[in-house]
Amino acid sequence: MSDTVSTGTSRAGEWHPGLRESYLFDRNTIAEIQRAAREGIYDIRGFGAKRSLPHFDDLLFLGASVSRYPLEGYRERCDTNVTLGTRFAKRPLELKIPVTIAGMSFGALSAPAKEALGRAATEVGTSTTTGDGGMTPEERGHSKLLVYQVLPSRYGMSPDDLRRADAIEVVVGQGAKPGGGGMLLGYKISDRVAAMRDLPKGIDQRSACRHPDWTGPDDLEIKIGELREITDWEKPIFVKVGATRTYYDVQLAVKAGADVIVVDGMQGGTAATQDVFIEHVGIPTLCAIPLAVQALQELGLHREVQLIVSGGIRTGADVAKALALGADAVSIGTAALVAMGDNSPEYEEQYRKIGSSAGFYDDWQAGRDPAGISTQDDELASHFDPVLGGRKVANYLRVLTLETQTLARACGKSHVHNLEPEDLVALTIEAAAMARVPLAGTNWIPGLNGSL
Amino acid sequence: MVTGTEPVTEVVDLALTPLRELNQRLHDVATAGEGPRHWRVVNPRGAHAVACGLDAELDVEIDGHVGYYCAGMNQLATVRVRGNAGTGLAENMMSGLVVVDGSASQSAGATGRGGLLVVRGDAAARCGISMKGVDIVVRGSVGHLSAFMAQTGCLVVCGDAGDALGDSIYEARLYVRGTVAGLGADCIEKEMREEHVAQVRDLLARAEVDDVDPADFRRYGSARQLYTFKIDNAGAY
Repeated sequence: MSDTVSTGTSRAGEWHPGLRESYLFDRNTIAEIQRAAREGIYDIRGFGAKRSLPHFDDLLFLGASVSRYPLEGYRERCDTNVTLGTRFAKRPLELKIPVTIAGMSFGALSAPAKEALGRAATEVGTSTTTGDGGMTPEERGHSKLLVYQVLPSRYGMSPDDLRRADAIEVVVGQGAKPGGGGMLLGYKISDRVAAMRDLPKGIDQRSACRHPDWTGPDDLEIKIGELREITDWEKPIFVKVGATRTYYDVQLAVKAGADVIVVDGMQGGTAATQDVFIEHVGIPTLCAIPLAVQALQELGLHREVQLIVSGGIRTGADVAKALALGADAVSIGTAALVAMGDNSPEYEEQYRKIGSSAGFYDDWQAGRDPAGISTQDDELASHFDPVLGGRKVANYLRVLTLETQTLARACGKSHVHNLEPEDLVALTIEAAAMARVPLAGTNWIPGLNGSL
Repeated sequence: MVTGTEPVTEVVDLALTPLRELNQRLHDVATAGEGPRHWRVVNPRGAHAVACGLDAELDVEIDGHVGYYCAGMNQLATVRVRGNAGTGLAENMMSGLVVVDGSASQSAGATGRGGLLVVRGDAAARCGISMKGVDIVVRGSVGHLSAFMAQTGCLVVCGDAGDALGDSIYEARLYVRGTVAGLGADCIEKEMREEHVAQVRDLLARAEVDDVDPADFRRYGSARQLYTFKIDNAGAY
């Protein structure tokens, strides 16, 4: 910048006095228009929504004081265990912590990265989830509790794997692209990925967005019945939806017989999706939770049908706030990848070579990940150590849990599930309306009671 | 209980026996590695998920109509339906043989990964959708969007095919003897060479369809123009 000012010249993208950037046509907007004109195809990328949205940051806990008493932070017990699938399944999932690993496919992620997720989940006593590409032996072998996804594509779908799974997740949609199917570009369709998915190597694979053998909630009920019959009613069956018409979707999924509902807010990550989809479809996680909880409560099934929430979980504060709003557990995806090394400054030089930078890297679709996580290139994948990566994710999961317990104890709760909406206030009117908790310092919940 | 060596048929009446019990008993044969090999199911009365998830060399005959997902995810077993079948017949079947004497509703053989599915009547919409290696022979006709996103395997249609056949098809082979109402995106007619006639002949023989000539079929498959994103193809979707 000093060079620019001293010489009186300006290079592209550098501000100097007198230059005014358009709010409407900011640098990113201009760059995207120019890219679209140059390449003639929509922008496909990984990661999740990057726009600013009302989120858990807009909520605060009311710690205990005179009217409530807290638990000792380091001494008194604050339990974190969760049981998923108590409604119909013979073998519910018993988790030690309320944080699970979300579905991410082998294909989107390298085999060592999938292994690391399994190792981490197993180390801390939680579950991990397959993805749109089938179950790998590495993943099954390293995951004590593995949730097997049944997706529209049914890539690699196998009754043997259904029986090997600890739970089944029927994926209707995901937060990054509700109404859209999976996508895996040709760079990542290696021999092994192609074989698992019965596809030609190197093609741009576009998964179906609708299931091939059921349409609508009445069919879904019959489909769930079939999955239960195939697995002799042993496995909990989850239904995952991207957050949109959440109240109705949750009620219909429950009516269809789900044991567990997974609601993925629009901040949920993706390995490859059109940017326009990521940023413009779905509703924020913050408002999806109360809608889901309301749906369950009206059916008299809140806590009997468990609710898992995902989409933008980063800290123990996010976990605690999601639980306080009524979730039974949360899932992490993007944060787990970051924990294992995605976007690490360690790879800054390599990121720069591919036109990105640590902290900004979102080209997970391209398969050139220097961290060896979102790639199918054997050389790149060899950079990733699944033991170390697993250890990092396990550490991170422990921190999330400790932070959640810290906040729960501060609110006087001996189990993280005892957190409740009454423990929360909102910093903004928007967050108050969405989360259905009062604006801080008031009794006002916009949309539910009176005016300020 | 009879042993696997005795040629005795175990009869289960679904008017008296819960479906859960039937499926559990069928599964137990695979789990235990022993038990009756021949089964006859009577009074299915349109029940869903009859004989799904089988994983043993069983011979199951179902006397009557079945609902959704009959023989779903079948492995190794032979399942014969003496009636019609509802949605998702033999969905994701892995191996074995599934035969329906009547007609099948939509999504017959959906995502099937192996084995042979035979429908002696007609199959409705989306027959063979996302098929991944299964072979399907339909003596009658198939409805619209059949073989949608079909990946591998063969679909043989002795009658006609509805609109948008093979839409967004990958490497599956489609053989149709009658008329095709319309081809879906990236699906084209291809030359019917001797090797293809031989393949149809073999599939018809395995399906015990002996009243049609393999040389009467036309072949359809992927033009492979939509395998990668190209802006010039945007109008094809």
